[in-house]
Amino acid sequence: MKPAPFVYHRATSIEDAILHLNDASVLVRPLAGGQSLLPMLNLRLAPVDKLVDLGRIAALKKAEEQKDSIRYGALLTHAAFEDRRVPDASNGLMPFIGSQIAFRAVRTRGTIGGSISLADPAADWLSTIVALEAEVVLTGVQGRRILPAADFVIGPYMTALEPGEIIEAILVPRRPSSERWGHYKIARKIGEYAESMAIALLDTARRTARLVAGVTDGAPLVLQNSAREIAAGQSGASLASAIRQELISSGRDFSPSKLHLHCIGCLRAIENARSS
Amino acid sequence: MKTSVSLTINGKPHEVAVEPRLSLADLLRDELRLTATHLGCEQGVCGTCTILIDGEQARACLTLAITTDGADIRTLEGFADDALMGVLKDAFHKKHGLQCGFCTPGMLISSWDLLKRKGRLSEREIRIAMSGNLCRCTGYQNIIRSIKAASDSWAEMSADAPEAVR
Repeated sequence: MKPAPFVYHRATSIEDAILHLNDASVLVRPLAGGQSLLPMLNLRLAPVDKLVDLGRIAALKKAEEQKDSIRYGALLTHAAFEDRRVPDASNGLMPFIGSQIAFRAVRTRGTIGGSISLADPAADWLSTIVALEAEVVLTGVQGRRILPAADFVIGPYMTALEPGEIIEAILVPRRPSSERWGHYKIARKIGEYAESMAIALLDTARRTARLVAGVTDGAPLVLQNSAREIAAGQSGASLASAIRQELISSGRDFSPSKLHLHCIGCLRAIENARSS
Repeated sequence: MKTSVSLTINGKPHEVAVEPRLSLADLLRDELRLTATHLGCEQGVCGTCTILIDGEQARACLTLAITTDGADIRTLEGFADDALMGVLKDAFHKKHGLQCGFCTPGMLISSWDLLKRKGRLSEREIRIAMSGNLCRCTGYQNIIRSIKAASDSWAEMSADAPEAVR
């Protein structure tokens, strides 16, 4: 056996999970899909006294269609998006993202909520929900609160989650059908953690655009100036220079090679959005 | 403290007492002596412990046995009479898809699941889909050739006699 001993509790409901997570006497962690936590337990890098398994809470595995948005339960797997077993609010971006996270054997167990709550800067869903202007529904002893995705992610592996709080759902607004998306991920090997990832959303009918650079040394970067340039139809060297300038002035500490990777990733994502 | 877990493995019901920290892979190998499931990295990277949980491929090293209460598990031992697995094993034999054989159980189950879900595939699609399975003999060319051959012959068999391969 690899992990150190711990106590296990299979939560029967969201309330039961919160009750067990709010035990200040021991180090408690929630278990979602376990595809990041289990390696950390096996390597004994993540200490835990008690594991609260969220895997049997049916309420966390539902996708609900609402008028202007879709509410995705936190325990929906990447494969559920990949296989289109849940409705899509994103003109196909979410099913695509779900299809290229790690490997199929990981996608069948790993969950969107687990991925976002860990907030690994390289996590695909993190940049995706920020790009889609989604909201994160959190629940804990103090009740329920809803945060914009951009406010939920604070930094690398840092979120607005309070101790004993869990993600209940992700609310994704129905994106306009006239919007096109483009994605570009730079990774050494398929399924590996990315070195850069960018998502561009472009709506020529409404003259709007959004550009998000992920795998930075913190929360995904929303590049608003560059987005205005994209919406105005800029391309080529002037657009590249605008993106580069905005990345530099973001205050993040990019090495020259990383800066180059992010610029290239953004430009290719925009190109993909324009040609889709 | 051990907890009792009931699960079906390769069609047979099992009731076992497990410590919370016991992985499904260790349960299969050490307790139940189902040693076709191999363990390489034990952190979800190498793919040799790939099995089916409720019909979906998963890493046995990244699954706690205690979380699989009530689940239907299928390991390579449970594919002895499976038609598609027969085609894959035959292709791995003919195209030299294994050398030391350590990665083979994971390669077979991953590719079985891939062909079941996707049918006939191009070499590129197979390469992408099999990227989660490592072969340290580096016999990738022949592994991809084997899966491509199995994919083609399975597609032909499905077209000729759809009822026989379902």
